[in-house]
Parts: sequence; C-alpha cells; structure tokens
Amino acid sequence: MPWTREDMAKRAAQELEDGMYVNLGIGIPTLVANHIPDGVEVTLQSENGMLGMGPFPYEGEEDPDLINAGKQTITELPHTAFFDSATSFAMIRGGKINMAILGAMEVAENGDLANWMIPGKLVKGMGGAMDLVAGVKKIVVITDHTSKSGAPKLIKECTLPLTGTGVVNRIITDLGVFDVVEGGLEIKEMAPDVTREEIYEKTEAKIVN
Amino acid sequence: MSKIYKTAADALDGALFDGMTIAAGGFGLCGIPELSIAAIAKAGTKDLTVYSNNAGVDGFGLGVLLENRQVKKMGSSYVGENKEFMRQYLGGELELEFNPQGTLAERMRAGGAGIAGFYTKTGYGTQIGEGKEVKEFHGEKYILEEGIFADLAIVKAWKADTTGNAVFRKTACNFNLPAAMCGKICVMEVEEIVEPGELDPNHIHLPGVFVHRLVQGQHEKRIEQRTTRKKETA
Repeated sequence: MPWTREDMAKRAAQELEDGMYVNLGIGIPTLVANHIPDGVEVTLQSENGMLGMGPFPYEGEEDPDLINAGKQTITELPHTAFFDSATSFAMIRGGKINMAILGAMEVAENGDLANWMIPGKLVKGMGGAMDLVAGVKKIVVITDHTSKSGAPKLIKECTLPLTGTGVVNRIITDLGVFDVVEGGLEIKEMAPDVTREEIYEKTEAKIVN
Repeated sequence: MSKIYKTAADALDGALFDGMTIAAGGFGLCGIPELSIAAIAKAGTKDLTVYSNNAGVDGFGLGVLLENRQVKKMGSSYVGENKEFMRQYLGGELELEFNPQGTLAERMRAGGAGIAGFYTKTGYGTQIGEGKEVKEFHGEKYILEEGIFADLAIVKAWKADTTGNAVFRKTACNFNLPAAMCGKICVMEVEEIVEPGELDPNHIHLPGVFVHRLVQGQHEKRIEQRTTRKKETA
C-alpha cells in the first residue's frame, strides 16, 4: 500500500538528526514537525524571520505578529530567536541551515527541481525556495509520485520553470524513497506492497537499480 | 527637528509622486504598514513600482492599491493570495518582477547600505538568472543582482523612540528592517512612540538614522491563516 501524506511526513522526519537546523516548506513538509523522533532535537527555521518554531497556538492565543512562512499562526519556544528577512536568508544562503524539506511539481533525474510556477496558469512565485535550494546543504523533496492526472512527477527533464539545477538530494514519494545519484535515481526504500514494476511504470526518470 | 507626524497622510505629505518606487515592509499581512498604505490609497498616487515580498490580499494591504490601479509594477517573491493581482497580471495590466525572497531582502539591504550590486547563487540556471551577469567564485556560478534604491520606504515597527530608534515584535520584523534601510525617505508607523531612554539601547533593532518620519496609530493586524490546536484536557 502506498504511503499516505502522514506516512510520507513520518518517513521524512527520519532524515532529521540531533542538533540540526531545518527549514520545512509549505504543505506536506509542514507535517514533518509532528513526527520528530524522540531524542532528536532540531531547530526549525521559518524564513520570515524565526529560529525555534513552536506548535500552533491554543485557540484564543493566536498572535498576528507570530506566523510561519505559510502565514499560519504559530508559537515561540524558550530558545526562539527573531530576526529580519535579510538575516534570515543570510543563514539560508550562507549554508548555516542543514536541511530543507520541500514540495515539488517536478523533479528531474539530475536533481533539477521545479516547484514555483506553471506559466499562464499558476503564477504564485518562488517565495524562498530558490534561496533554500541554492544555500541549504541537503534538500529533501516530498511529493506524490504522480500528478492528480497520473502523470509522472519524477521525470527526465523538467518542463516547468526551474527552482534550481541539480539541487535535490533525496525524494520521498507515496511509493518510496529515492536518491539522486550519478546517472539517475536510486531506489532506497519502497512503501509496503509497492513493487519495483509499479515504480518503473510510474516513473519517467531513469532508475538505476 | 521632530520626526513625529500626527497621521500617515501628514507623514507622506510631499513624499509621494506618480511613477515613484516604494519599498514596503511586511510578510503576508504580518507587520505591513497599514496606515501608510491606506494614506497612499487615499492620495491616489499612480504608476507605482512597489517592492514588497507579497501583494496583500483582496481588499487589504497592498491589495487595495492594486484594486485602485495605482500600481504599475510589483517586485515580489510570492503573490499567491491575491486574485485581483492574478487577474491584472494575466491580463497584461500589471508588470511583475519575481524576486527570490532572499534576493529581494538582500537587494533592499544592499540599496540601503550603499551597495549597488551583489552576486548570489540564488536563481542561477533558472528564469531569474536570464540576462543577468554570471561570475564564477570558488568554482561556483553566481548571478549579479542590483540593490534597490527606493524613493520611499513604508514600514511598521512595534515601538520607536522620538528619534526613530525602533524595535520590532516577533515575526513582524521581516522585510520592515531592510525596506526601511533602502528608502530615500523612510516613513515608519508604530504602535507606540516612547521617549528616548525608554527603549534599551542594547536592544534597538533599527537605529533612528534610517527613519525620517514617524507616526503612531492603531493597527488592525489581520491574521491571514488562523491555525490553532486544542487544549489537552488532563
């Protein structure tokens, strides 16, 4: 059975190591925060200007001055630090953030990522994604293996405008875990009852194993 | 000379002209200069180029200036929350210059710091890098981005003393600090103006030298995405 969104978030949380500074993108990546393994302490960075992001506030305790990059109300922790946007991206571009977990529209077999716009249709913008992929050491992507219409999202070459070239290290989909390696994608894990044949069939990118 | 003005309209008097470039603080609706935006809407200044991370929402924030057709061009990183924006942009009525979020922040900071341009890896190999100078440093490719020198900065802080030394609150700092730096004139609105000495000099986020005009007022502080959790009952 393929993984659910929650399963994917749980699997992505296993990438986290004690002491890491991590940025979580909008969507499924946000759910990763709910599955941080016991004994692992990570500091979540929110690119709108915060290190040490806490959970959602209790009802009635929302603070309009305290939001995450998805504009959701959140809370602070004892070790939280606030700062301006230029400082925020200094730590992102400057390589101080250990890992970013992001969503994707398309990922190419060479690690190219497209996740910010569909020309003529969906014009939202890249937000901080281009800076994250340019500066963060390890980029993990969480995405459904195929689009809603069933088209592969792991492909030979991105057709949509790129967010960055050769930037993705690991991809977690509902079917499994894949690493970007020399020559294509390597299957690292498969979701329960998912077969290699199913993965081959639903993947356009070259699978090396 | 006092920097304090009674209203945002007073503070903006003489600082507005058609075709001008404005840098605005805020992230989403968090920390936006509500009072200045309302005053510019009322003044009707046209053909604006506005650098702001977002474009407000329909009916609030910079969305109001868009609805009034006062904006010619936006320089932003994310405009997904605004239908009117999308309509005007896809209809060719509005220019849009996408800036990666960190590039936008650094362009403001650089302009304010007298730096005309800088090289960043962000956007290399993408649409954003097209037409921009590429230079290799330490074996990696960087693109040239230019500082923003705005005619006017409109920003919001939490508190400032009468000389403009300012502190921000939580994540409402965001683009307000770099935007404030890059304006030839910086109009800052705050929740409270205090006397010099009331703010700890060790804790000033933005020194008053960057702030030219100050106004105190009431802010609606609208929440864009209200997310909460239930209290666990023991």
